[in-house]
Amino acid sequence: MSFWTRHQIFEKNSIVLIVGILAVIAIGGLVEITPLFYLKSTIEVVDGVRPYTPLELTGRNIYVREGCYLCHSQMIRPLRDEVERYGHFSLAAESMYDHPFQWGSKRTGPDLARVGAKYSDDWHVTHLTNPRAIVPQSVMPGYSFLAQTEVDPATIADHLRTSRIVGVPYTDDQIANAVADLTAQADPDNAGADAFTKRYPKAVVRNFDGKAGAPTEMDALIAYLQVLGTLVDFKLYNEKANLR
Amino acid sequence: MSQPLNSKSMTIGESGLAVFFAAAAFLCLIGAAKAVDVAFGFHAALGAAASLASVFVILNRYFDRPSLLPPQEINGRPNYNMGPIKFATVMSVFWGIAGFTVGLLIASQLAWPALNFDLPWTSFGRLRPLHTSAVIFAFGGNVLIATSFYVVQKTSRVRLAGDLAPWFVVLGYNFFILIAGTGYLLGVTQSKEYAEPEWYADLWLTIVWVTYLLVFLMTLVKRKEPHIFVANWFYLAFIVTIAVLHLGNNPAVPVSVFGSKSYIVWGGVQDAMFQWWYGHNAVGFFLTAGFLAIMYYFIPKRAERPIYSYRLSIIHFWALIFLYIWAGPHHLHYTALPDWAQTLGMTFSIMLWMPSWGGMINGLMTLSGAWDKLRTDPVLRMLVVSVAFYGMSTFEGPMMSIKVVNSLSHYTDWTIGHVHSGALGWVGFVSFGALYCMVPWLWDRKGLYSLKLVNWHFWIATIGIVLYISAMWVSGILQGLMWRAYTSLGFLEYSFIESVEAMHPFYMIRAAGGALFLIGSLIMAYNLWMTVRVGEAEVQSPVALQPAE
Amino acid sequence: MAEQNDFDHVSGKTTTGHEWDGIKELNTPLPRWWVLTFYACIIWAVGYWVVYPSWPLLSSYLPGVMHYSSRADVAVELANLEKSRGEKMVALGAASLADIEKDPALLALARARGKTVFGDNCAPCHGSGAAGAKGYPNLNDDDWLWGGTLDQIMQTIQFGVRSGHAKTHDSAMLAFGKDGTLKPEQIVTVANYVRSLSGLPTRQGYDAGAGAKIFAENCTVCHGDAGKGNQELGAPNLTDKIWLYGSDEATVVETITNGRTGVMPAWVGRLDPSTIKVMAVYVHSLGGGK
Ligand code: HEC
Ligand code: HEC
Ligand code: HEC
Ligand code: HEM
Ligand code: HEM
Ligand SMILES: [Ca+2]
Ligand SMILES: [Ca+2]
Ligand SMILES: [Cu+2]
Repeated sequence: MSFWTRHQIFEKNSIVLIVGILAVIAIGGLVEITPLFYLKSTIEVVDGVRPYTPLELTGRNIYVREGCYLCHSQMIRPLRDEVERYGHFSLAAESMYDHPFQWGSKRTGPDLARVGAKYSDDWHVTHLTNPRAIVPQSVMPGYSFLAQTEVDPATIADHLRTSRIVGVPYTDDQIANAVADLTAQADPDNAGADAFTKRYPKAVVRNFDGKAGAPTEMDALIAYLQVLGTLVDFKLYNEKANLR
Repeated sequence: MSQPLNSKSMTIGESGLAVFFAAAAFLCLIGAAKAVDVAFGFHAALGAAASLASVFVILNRYFDRPSLLPPQEINGRPNYNMGPIKFATVMSVFWGIAGFTVGLLIASQLAWPALNFDLPWTSFGRLRPLHTSAVIFAFGGNVLIATSFYVVQKTSRVRLAGDLAPWFVVLGYNFFILIAGTGYLLGVTQSKEYAEPEWYADLWLTIVWVTYLLVFLMTLVKRKEPHIFVANWFYLAFIVTIAVLHLGNNPAVPVSVFGSKSYIVWGGVQDAMFQWWYGHNAVGFFLTAGFLAIMYYFIPKRAERPIYSYRLSIIHFWALIFLYIWAGPHHLHYTALPDWAQTLGMTFSIMLWMPSWGGMINGLMTLSGAWDKLRTDPVLRMLVVSVAFYGMSTFEGPMMSIKVVNSLSHYTDWTIGHVHSGALGWVGFVSFGALYCMVPWLWDRKGLYSLKLVNWHFWIATIGIVLYISAMWVSGILQGLMWRAYTSLGFLEYSFIESVEAMHPFYMIRAAGGALFLIGSLIMAYNLWMTVRVGEAEVQSPVALQPAE
Repeated sequence: MAEQNDFDHVSGKTTTGHEWDGIKELNTPLPRWWVLTFYACIIWAVGYWVVYPSWPLLSSYLPGVMHYSSRADVAVELANLEKSRGEKMVALGAASLADIEKDPALLALARARGKTVFGDNCAPCHGSGAAGAKGYPNLNDDDWLWGGTLDQIMQTIQFGVRSGHAKTHDSAMLAFGKDGTLKPEQIVTVANYVRSLSGLPTRQGYDAGAGAKIFAENCTVCHGDAGKGNQELGAPNLTDKIWLYGSDEATVVETITNGRTGVMPAWVGRLDPSTIKVMAVYVHSLGGGK
């Protein structure tokens, strides 16, 4: 039987054909994906990465909802111009609690992986409200509606709980106090602010949108932007141990 | 209805589906009542309405139909089931125009940002997924479903398997698109590119897609031809692999079963790898394997020539589907994905070049002996040019997978240019060609209303594509070069915002190109509409060939 | 399979003998160039796996004979870049701020370096021409909130203003209205007084004496007896026609009512020390350095 006639087994039997296809397409994915779950070198050992605070997580969900990732990457590549422009290249560990990841695939706007603490809250409010008011050349949409919408804290504990199911290590304490923490982070005068900072070390408590009253979506989004790239302490990070 | 009622009974499919939809309606009503967010409530209400309508339609159809289901054959010839195909064909034209219009809008927003209007549902970030899903899944998906159902029947010489199942597939799929699209506008998204719909839409799609697979497979199983036609290998690979990819990339835990938001189970680097395993193979199996299947039927059919090489079909088919799966990491070059995985992604992309070109060779060389037809038949010309674009983007793709090239192209408009040479040139044109062939066949017309209008469509769209992709190549490479430019003193030369400014003229040119492409598709819609409307006798009369007068 | 219809007269080749809906297939052999190119790609890929990190194993992965790592690579690249910038850059790193300004070569280097750093980090607030915007000071003029000497500018850039950094400049324009210290009419009065300090017209019926009194009682601690400001406190000079937030009555009333606390981020930690030095020189050289 020639090589070519042998192929008829696939052409004459649809079940053999479909099984053949399944076998052939399974290999690549298995070999490339499974090792990422067991190879120790995949996620670096670092200090400082913690789950997002309730307010930051809310902001992150707004970031996802508005599709910011379609214009902004959060992934600084180990290339000299990127490291010079944006800072240390991004580590896998920095997004290990990100469900889903937000690395992005297009840079219509600059990378945001280390935008945290780069600008003031006020600047973000102005910029998000009307980017061209402060950066005339910008092509970014305005998001003035964020300042008008209050965050609904009712379901935040469920968000933390669900995140824990998919592997983000929230503690019982953090889940139980999610609502209180959500409001406390946006209000420095709040009685719960100290307890909040204990639960989320080094998290900043500020009135991000500068307005009195309950936290708005603007508060949440800015809280998220301000934490990006600030968690890992690169002074303690071992470059040599994490080449791969 | 002349038959006595007692000889007529519901099929298992009819009663089963009616019960299924009744249950679905009930669940959706509960969902709508207990919804924790507006979007979920809206979608649940839509689901309830659609389910109730389905129950009604199923019962209505049952009471109206003769006691026997449509026969498999009439006078010894297969009784093809064309209804669902006609529906998907109409929907593809509709969604195509919608998707191109949104494309034009987002292209214009990048050139003139005031067009975002600062409203949530009109801002770029929400409209962009609407565009990508509308063109790929709504337009492309309907073309794929329509042609696959058409081709599998014709080349197996049997009626499509199932009675209600094919209708369930086309209607269910378009309902999925409705949920996905309105969801984006309301801010419901998982943010996984090309897999943005939330958990409940994903679940629904799973049901529809498995049914699609079963209808297609069962039609193959009962075929009258001894061999399975090559187009059907590609359709089958497309359908089954998309099912696998969809399941792998989308597992998520909803925050509430009455709410739209969920958290994906994969996180960080693993999520990234899953995403681009999916994303790249959405290209490989949806936009490539599926449309190659279209090529394998419509080009030989239209050119009336045999397919160039059976042996090439075999080798390039298996090589293509095996190698494609590995190439995902080329979307993650230089990211926090480990270097070893990037290497695999790059090398497999290079090996993918020839298997891709195998398809191009088989498509183009099928015309040997019939090249002269290109002068007279603009439909065939469209099909052939699509294959040329396919060849071009599958050369460009492997090139962009090389890490040094990707370090420049990644994140820039070069990717967008690559996408649209594949999307407009290949996917768009091969679909248009198939629609131009299929509409007269489906509606029993002798030919198209006007070949002259096809010619206009061809040229206007081609100029549009050229404007689009050349603008994006220039802007993409310029962008990449500006980001990495150093002065002679060794300092970065440009700030980021200077690169944003430099893109402006190219964004305007791209929008103009998109407008031309859209105009072309409107001409097609008119032409197809007139083909269906104007009776069969007139169609090829000389009068009809000069509609402009 | 060989039947009589398995020959295609146009191409002169045989077909496989099958037919689907009128479509046949030629039995053309694989194009040679195609096969060879395919093999070449495969061989190249195998070669690449040998050289670079490639296949995953059970506890690690094949590292490749070059032990390449993109992360190690960028470190080398950056070091080379630093080297390629040459002696002058080393000199710049070591020189004092004043010496940089005095040496034309170093100054030119600092300005060249400063341009893009400014564009990516400072321009979003201070504007691409450093001319500032409402709430963000103009860096071209010789009016300084926190002092315009090289060292003062360096200090501001390093630690910022109200930035939260331990060494930040800190102070505040108090919210006299919100706090209830001043009544709305008093605020209007003192606002008119402030406007008069830089020669702007005042509202009809405005009581200059009352304005001066309110100012003396509340404002001079920071803005000085004559309203000339105090750089220790970042309190602006109110007599110089240069306004951070705006000079119209409504804005001045707003300033006095709700206070102002503009934030300039701290750049230590984000920009390396020599870049910060460069930025100080750059800003100083924009026109208004003291
Ligand atoms: C249409 C594309 C687009 C979208 C969508 C978009 N941006 Fe932007 N963004 C830009 C561009 C262009 C710039 C650079 C100019 C500027 O600063 O406005 C930018 C700048 C920024 C910056 C300043 C970064 C820096 O380092 O200077 C931040 C922060 C930002 N965007 C956040 C967001 C957020 C949050 C969203 C979603 C709510 C968003 N962007 C959506 C295009 C976009
Ligand atoms: C988030 C916005 C923001 C960014 C980014 C920013 N600045 Fe500023 N800067 C300010 C504000 C606001 C002030 C005024 C603070 C005050 O009100 O006292 C200021 C003040 C200054 C001053 C003092 C001016 C004076 O009159 O004393 C200097 C110098 C300065 N900035 C330089 C820079 C440089 C250099 C950079 C970039 C490395 C930079 N700034 C980035 C907001 C910003
Ligand atoms: C505790 C110190 C302090 C006191 C008291 C004070 N100011 Fe100020 N003032 C400041 C500071 C600091 C700023 C700059 C705020 C900034 O940079 O964001 C400022 C800014 C201003 C400005 C804005 C200037 C511009 O360029 O836009 C005005 C107007 C002003 N003060 C008026 C007054 C008046 C009137 C009073 C008294 C009723 C007063 N200030 C009392 C510290 C003070
Ligand atoms: C009128 C025609 C079209 C226009 C004007 C248009 C315009 C656009 C624009 C402006 C973007 C966003 C680019 C960016 O973010 O910078 C985009 C993205 C995209 N479009 Fe289109 N498009 C058109 C047709 C199509 C068609 C027919 C397809 C597919 C069949 C398609 C597939 C895509 C895809 C996949 C992306 C995402 C690319 C990426 O993320 O890298 N487009 N399009
Ligand atoms: C051998 C075939 C191909 C290879 C190796 C290939 C390779 C690539 C590469 C390297 C990228 C850029 C990834 C990045 O830097 O982010 C890319 C993006 C893309 N390609 Fe291809 N390509 C091929 C064929 C095609 C075809 C035929 C299409 C059809 C339309 C297509 C559609 C896309 C899309 C939609 C993207 C954008 C993905 C995203 O970032 O959203 N590709 N491809
Ligand atoms: Ca993309
Ligand atoms: Ca999904
Ligand atoms: Cu790809």
